[in-house]
Amino acid sequence: MGVVRTYLDRMARRYAALPRPARLALIVLLVIFFYVLPLLRPPIITTEQIDFGGVMFGVAATALVAVGLNIVIGYAGLLDLGYIGFYLVGAYTTGVLTAYHFAWPFFLVLPLAVVVTMATGVLLGWPTLRVRGDYLAIVTLGFGEIIRLIVTNVGWLGAAAGIKDIPHPPNIGPAPKPPFDQGGLFSIPSLQWDGIIPSIDQGRDTRFLIFGALSAVPYYWLILTFLILILFADRLVKDSRVGRAWEATREDEDAAELMGVPTFRFKLLAFALGAAIGGLSGSLYASSQGGYINPQSFPLLLSILFVAAVIVGGAGSRWGAIVGGTLVAYLPERFREFADFRLLVFGLALMILPVYRPQGLLPPRRTIRARVAAKEIDQLEGRDDAQTEVL
Amino acid sequence: MAERARVLEVDDVTLRFGGLTALDSVSLHIDEGEILGMIGPNGAGKTTAFNVITGVYQPTSGAVRFEGQPLAGLKKHAITRRGIARTFQNIRLFNSMTALENVLVGADAHHSSGVLSALFRTSKHRREEDDGHERGMELLEFMGLTSRADELAANLSYGDQRRLEIARAMATGPKLLCLDEPAAGFNPQEKVQLMELIKRVRDRGYTVLLIEHDMRLVMGVTDRIVVLEFGKKIAEGTPAEIRDDPAVIAAYLGVDEDAS
Ligand SMILES: Nc1ncnc2c1ncn2[C@@H]1O[C@H](COP(=O)(O)OP(=O)(O)OP(=O)(O)O)[C@@H](O)[C@H]1O
Ligand SMILES: [Mg+2]
Repeated sequence: MGVVRTYLDRMARRYAALPRPARLALIVLLVIFFYVLPLLRPPIITTEQIDFGGVMFGVAATALVAVGLNIVIGYAGLLDLGYIGFYLVGAYTTGVLTAYHFAWPFFLVLPLAVVVTMATGVLLGWPTLRVRGDYLAIVTLGFGEIIRLIVTNVGWLGAAAGIKDIPHPPNIGPAPKPPFDQGGLFSIPSLQWDGIIPSIDQGRDTRFLIFGALSAVPYYWLILTFLILILFADRLVKDSRVGRAWEATREDEDAAELMGVPTFRFKLLAFALGAAIGGLSGSLYASSQGGYINPQSFPLLLSILFVAAVIVGGAGSRWGAIVGGTLVAYLPERFREFADFRLLVFGLALMILPVYRPQGLLPPRRTIRARVAAKEIDQLEGRDDAQTEVL
Repeated sequence: MAERARVLEVDDVTLRFGGLTALDSVSLHIDEGEILGMIGPNGAGKTTAFNVITGVYQPTSGAVRFEGQPLAGLKKHAITRRGIARTFQNIRLFNSMTALENVLVGADAHHSSGVLSALFRTSKHRREEDDGHERGMELLEFMGLTSRADELAANLSYGDQRRLEIARAMATGPKLLCLDEPAAGFNPQEKVQLMELIKRVRDRGYTVLLIEHDMRLVMGVTDRIVVLEFGKKIAEGTPAEIRDDPAVIAAYLGVDEDAS
């Protein structure tokens, strides 16, 4: 564990030391890699038991959720245990508006779902964000559960049966004419691996760009694109007056208020933006390959898992949120063959990690700095084996 | 002496915490450009007076007026934007932020760019960031913290943290700067340096309200002094008058002057 820790720290520091163009090139390469990952199907990583493209979609959806929740928990320091509620609101808004009661087009409904979820966030935050800490955690926990009970019991929202046949996002290129014409502009093949030797897999094509039943990869590409856009936006907002106000509020709410920060307004903003991103992810989930949502898709456990993703990744770090979201969504799918046993192992891992690395796998750079400084002080004071964890 | 504008008026303020009267009919005023000292034994109500002035507590009775306007009912951040800034007796910096960022938060008090400005990097966003950085670095230089600008507040030395608190408060662009025992924990030489610094702060046009235990130090820098004891104002006047005031001598008799 200690080895992993120092290795990750060193990697983060080495990356920070690179010149700007090199960092940019690295990021572009990384982005391309992630776009083609479900086509590359690298051995070991690829899930053989279930469709890898579908798993990757789930991973990206969870990473997107984690990035949104990181704004709430990591930046503003608000413990939101009912984040699944926003995911649900985004999904159900999409279901109702595109399929169940209306037939509005996807790219109109998507922003609407985001707006509705954001409004939900404001409605929930307005009365609750005035009080502090534990109370907020309990209220949000209640919200997550209540909203699920509502959709379970309200017939207008599909009740327990849920909503099916939610339309997919619009295709690019000619529509498919089954059974032989798959539509789209061109085909992109996948790889298959014989040990370490790759070859073209003839039976696994992805048509560009058909959101259909054959390949889950286009859905993954769509959500990955949104994830990247949100990451840029997250960075721009964090590195501004807004980001500073969040951090100051998280560090010392009274002091922030006395330095002129309208803390309530900024907490509400964090809550609303976080909700909006959760809603975006939910909306994309609703119109994904399955095209089917029901109340059981949104258990409270998922809320806890989202929080775990942010904490495991390193609260306050957007890359940490991505890593955390990825692990939380990917590991249980990868180790499906172990059935329920995998949840035990997963739970154990979640318990062990905070002991060895309480600041998360990929904490914000400044947390690393604070730790290094604390260590130096300890060494100067001759306390070699002293507790050096910060945060 | 020409009549100077009233910056702050505390008018017959009483504040009770349950049965305890922390401030008992306290009245005082501060004129533009002066350094007003506030002294008194432990538990006299000095910090509480700061808390009333900055809106942390609402007085049980009485009023606080800033530049003639009553502050009653104003939110804390609104009072800060009106022009009152403070430091804390127990250092309360934003520990995970750098020294510069701490000061930037203060400078942001008068900025208004929000999410959209940040997303689209509007000219307003850039102007405000530039303004904040410029003022922030200037204040850090004034406090002798230039080389520490990118250091995390938590990693600064104790003295630097105290100075950073003053810089952060000054960054909010206040008319009145309230310093709550800024020299607490300093050695005598550091204390003298800090008092010189406070004089220079005043010379930059700030009005200063200073809490300090050390009588001799306070005498050296202040124009006037208010003495509190058990929540009551027991004396007010120039340093020379306070030194010879029998009530003050009685209040401080047996009290270690360097208590800190
Ligand atoms: N929030 C509060 N609730 C109850 N009592 C309080 C509160 N704040 C302060 N007091 C009491 O009010 C009195 C004045 O406290 P205050 O902190 O203003 O003293 P001070 O003059 O700043 O003393 P010191 O020199 O030790 O800082 C004390 O008796 C204190 O216990
Ligand atoms: Mg005090």
